[in-house]
Amino acid sequence: MALLVVAEHDNAALNDATRAAITAASQIGGEIDILVAGSGAGAVAEAASKIDGVRKVLHADGDSLAHPIAEAMEALILPLMDGYDGLLAVASTVGKNFAPRIAAKLDVMQISDITGVESADTFIRPIYAGNAMKTVKSSDAKKVITVRPTTFEKAGDGGSASVESIDAPAGPFKSQFVSEELTKSDRPELGAAKIVISGGRGMASGDNFHLLDKIADKLNAAVGASRAAVDAGFVPNDYQVGQTGKVVAPELYIAVGISGAIQHLAGMKDSKVIVAINKDEEAPIFSVADYGLVADLFKALPELDEELTKAGY
Amino acid sequence: MKILVPVKRVIDYNVKPRVKPDQSGVDLANVKMSMNPFCEIAVEEAIRIKEKGGAEEIVVVSVGPQQAQETIRTALAMGADRGIHIVTDETVEALGVAKLLKAVVGEENPDLVILGKQAIDDDANQTGQMLAALLDWPQGTFASEVAIDGTSIKVTREIDGGLQTLGMDLPAIVTTDLRLNEPRYASLPNIMKAKRKPIDAKTPADYGVDIAPRLSVVKVTEPPKREAGIKVESVAELVDKLKNEAGVI
Repeated sequence: MALLVVAEHDNAALNDATRAAITAASQIGGEIDILVAGSGAGAVAEAASKIDGVRKVLHADGDSLAHPIAEAMEALILPLMDGYDGLLAVASTVGKNFAPRIAAKLDVMQISDITGVESADTFIRPIYAGNAMKTVKSSDAKKVITVRPTTFEKAGDGGSASVESIDAPAGPFKSQFVSEELTKSDRPELGAAKIVISGGRGMASGDNFHLLDKIADKLNAAVGASRAAVDAGFVPNDYQVGQTGKVVAPELYIAVGISGAIQHLAGMKDSKVIVAINKDEEAPIFSVADYGLVADLFKALPELDEELTKAGY
Repeated sequence: MKILVPVKRVIDYNVKPRVKPDQSGVDLANVKMSMNPFCEIAVEEAIRIKEKGGAEEIVVVSVGPQQAQETIRTALAMGADRGIHIVTDETVEALGVAKLLKAVVGEENPDLVILGKQAIDDDANQTGQMLAALLDWPQGTFASEVAIDGTSIKVTREIDGGLQTLGMDLPAIVTTDLRLNEPRYASLPNIMKAKRKPIDAKTPADYGVDIAPRLSVVKVTEPPKREAGIKVESVAELVDKLKNEAGVI
């Protein structure tokens, strides 16, 4: 049995989520190869080769892979699948984009966003935004899987796999890259942040979100929001944590002025530690919070800022 | 131009799903069902394109039980022109749906297929990409902006950390993300009008597509329950607990 894991990266550095996918692959069992598809991504291939348990790194480098568009990834990966029993990708916007294309071409049903491996053909995945967990057994000969990176340990270094260069697919492809606009923020991205601080309708206005920004800057946290705050126009939709927004599972989630609608809980209840700050002590958010503070957020947030400063943040 | 919009009937997003005691699935009996929110956005986008003169006809298709007809009617009331209902009581996986849609595309020859990026029941996020692969069409997934220019289309996509714009020739597949638009509510006159719009009833067998599932459900369980923790008295106590007890800051 051999598995191919597609590395997640930005051409400069290997994204840690790849290490979670490697762990999922090792739980399935068999030989594990990593595919690094990129442009000028030598350092990524180098980093991938050091991960413990990796047999070989396949490195495809070329202009056509500068941005991992689905059609290019399909052209690269599909021919490789003759030699593998399974393909694993990170359930990121990159992996979610290309993996189903490969699955359809292989005529297999993809197993999306797995959070657990029961055996080589049986996997656990959240459905209904995590309100239920489904265990599925695949009857397909080859498995195509995307891995939710937050639920697997990250494989460490310790290996010294060989790096084999393979050809990048020749374009042009049916879709072309036009431009990219990455959010210029010193803060981590919502889905990848170790700490997330979110505001709800209780924030009362978009301007008040600067109270969260200040704390986020101190803790290197991402800022999120409930759907109520987005619907009220306080912040843009890409802040939204919840069933119809982003699902996050950081080490620490701080919910400020969020009542805790089902919709929102679905997007954050897998966080390791949850803090709720709300003046309504009956708010449902307290039923999932590890630490609850019943307080007016407009008093509590400046105090939190001050306490963090005192503590050296 | 013709636009095809597949839609799915799912549990309403404000309802808390309950796992059945026998662990066979989620209890859908007597639960409010609605159009999948991402599908609503897809219908809305198609209507906006048509209203701007970019399309002549919007065809809505749904795979599902008899009641999925209501979901098609909702789309017709919003402004779609006609419906195709592929009636089945079986659970059809994304791969099976993509194969059925490929067959519908073969009959309808749309220039654009707009789908929701995922359904909020199974959260698979696959059907659009699979359909694109089966048709060998380009795909613009997780769209937050769509601009059609003659026979080509620019799709701005929500990616981790920002936005990416792709260009492609039609025909193409677009899947919708939340920021693409805010779907309209159907007005009462339009709801009445939608009752007279045609819906073709079909079956999977009509398309000769094998929809046998590839994944068998071993069990569906409740997620691990979270216990409520403690209430702290002050911000200072909170910071102390986070630092020294939980060790997360």
